Amino acid sequence: MKSLSDRVVARLQADMQLPDLSGTRYSLLRYVACGGTGSVWLAEDTVLKRRVALKVLDLAAPADDFDVRLLREARILAVLEHPGIVPVHDAGTLADGRAFCCMKYVQGQTLAQHIATLNLPDRLRLLERIAEPLDFAHAHGFIHRDLKPDNVMIGAFGEVLVMDWGLAKVGVTSPEAGETEIATAVQPTQNSLRVTGQGSVLGTRGYMSPEQARGDIEVDHRSDIFSLGAILRFILTGSAPGELPAVSGSVPRPLRAICEKAMAADPNARYQSAREMTADITHYLNGEPVSAYPEGLLERSGRVFARHRTAVVLVAVYLIMRVLFILFARR
Amino acid sequence: MTRHSLVLAAQSNDPATRSRAIEAIAAAYWRPVYKYVRMKWNITPEDAADFTQEFFTRLLEKEFLDSYESSKGRLRTFLRTCADRLFMNQARDSKRLKRGVGSAHLSLDFMEAELELATELRSGSPEDSFDKEWVRSIFVLGLARLQASCESGGKLIHFELFERYDLEDADPKPSYAQLAAEFGLATTDVTNYLAFARREFRRCVLDQLREMTTSEEEFRREAQALLGVKFT
Repeated sequence: MKSLSDRVVARLQADMQLPDLSGTRYSLLRYVACGGTGSVWLAEDTVLKRRVALKVLDLAAPADDFDVRLLREARILAVLEHPGIVPVHDAGTLADGRAFCCMKYVQGQTLAQHIATLNLPDRLRLLERIAEPLDFAHAHGFIHRDLKPDNVMIGAFGEVLVMDWGLAKVGVTSPEAGETEIATAVQPTQNSLRVTGQGSVLGTRGYMSPEQARGDIEVDHRSDIFSLGAILRFILTGSAPGELPAVSGSVPRPLRAICEKAMAADPNARYQSAREMTADITHYLNGEPVSAYPEGLLERSGRVFARHRTAVVLVAVYLIMRVLFILFARR
Repeated sequence: MTRHSLVLAAQSNDPATRSRAIEAIAAAYWRPVYKYVRMKWNITPEDAADFTQEFFTRLLEKEFLDSYESSKGRLRTFLRTCADRLFMNQARDSKRLKRGVGSAHLSLDFMEAELELATELRSGSPEDSFDKEWVRSIFVLGLARLQASCESGGKLIHFELFERYDLEDADPKPSYAQLAAEFGLATTDVTNYLAFARREFRRCVLDQLREMTTSEEEFRREAQALLGVKFT
């Protein structure tokens, strides 16, 4: 056998990673991104003539566990029909034996790219919209477990999408009774339990709750609340993912308190739902008191003044005029 | 041979089993070892050839492989470390064997390796070169498997097309239409045959790698190294 030149070796390496789409309805267009165990490719659905995203496991990924996990992700996405969750179209196994999942191709920006141009109130409104699909998933008994800025996309029409549900699991308890029957449709198999359930540490440092980092089995939806708090911290500090400095003094105290409550080490001390957390954000945006921050009299006065500035000024002007009128009338 | 058997067979007490396994390991590693010592210590081609033969002789005599534990690291890194250790011991003891003295067990084409060295662009460290040569060796062995499989399956034309289109360093590559005319096939056949050959090549390479690794974890890490392509 003759030897291979460096160029041929490099080409063979690249070719080996290309997903083999023979026998499918998809035609490969280009590489998009890579993750821990797979890569995402832009492809064309040759039947419907539309662009789709194909998530394909790496050749080197261990077949059993990750196959099961990718299929579970596809099933979870199929169950979670929400405008804030990217829809899945198809899943299966390619001719080269790799599992794949076909999803809507989202063109847009990551959260980090998008917030660079936004002011604080708009950033906070964005967080509210990230919380919506999360709250929806929790209500249906699912926990994301890898919520971070990289997994939030802002689409071309301004839609906010929570991506990458590859580590999602069925919650121990659903916050809303009666919704768990959907979750049971995608209960983990024995294999996936081994991957994602039995004390293994999965997630992203900095955004992962302490209980998840410890590998606790009984992680519930409040782990995602911690991650949502970490995203709030990212939104407030604007620092790159992974750096995460403490929230500085320039951040308003109520927001700092919301962040600290969401990221409390004890899950019982956190907000108990994403909705509860966003209610505080909404209160803050409306100039109302937030549950996480007990304010003093002076702060309350300041907030009331800030919220009803026009009315307060008008009343003050009226009173001053009135006093002046009385004084002049006595002369 | 089944999964994990190659390294275990190389540690076997049966000389015939061990010899076969070492030959298979040597087929994948002699080029990396030869080029590594040539680059790292700048020794002559003759000394490098002697060293490479000596190295695999030691493997055959179980001197090195008996201390290998897959849980502690990759076979690839282990063998490179062994090569370093052997060279330093020889340098210290000034007992480097002369060519052909009790160590010519394997038939290795050092001349070809030397020609490759002369034409390759030398960049990176000797360690990088070792890894690069290892990738090349695994691919070459995968190709040999593919060829054998195509021959036995009556699909030699698939292999020939693959060789012509994917393995030749021609620039520009021939078009599928040109290949179809050359081989007397329809263009769609060229597409299908090449897709088959690429899929089989992928399987052959991964099978080869599985034999060279001792655990699922090592296989995964080595496969990532083998396919370590960063798309941009």
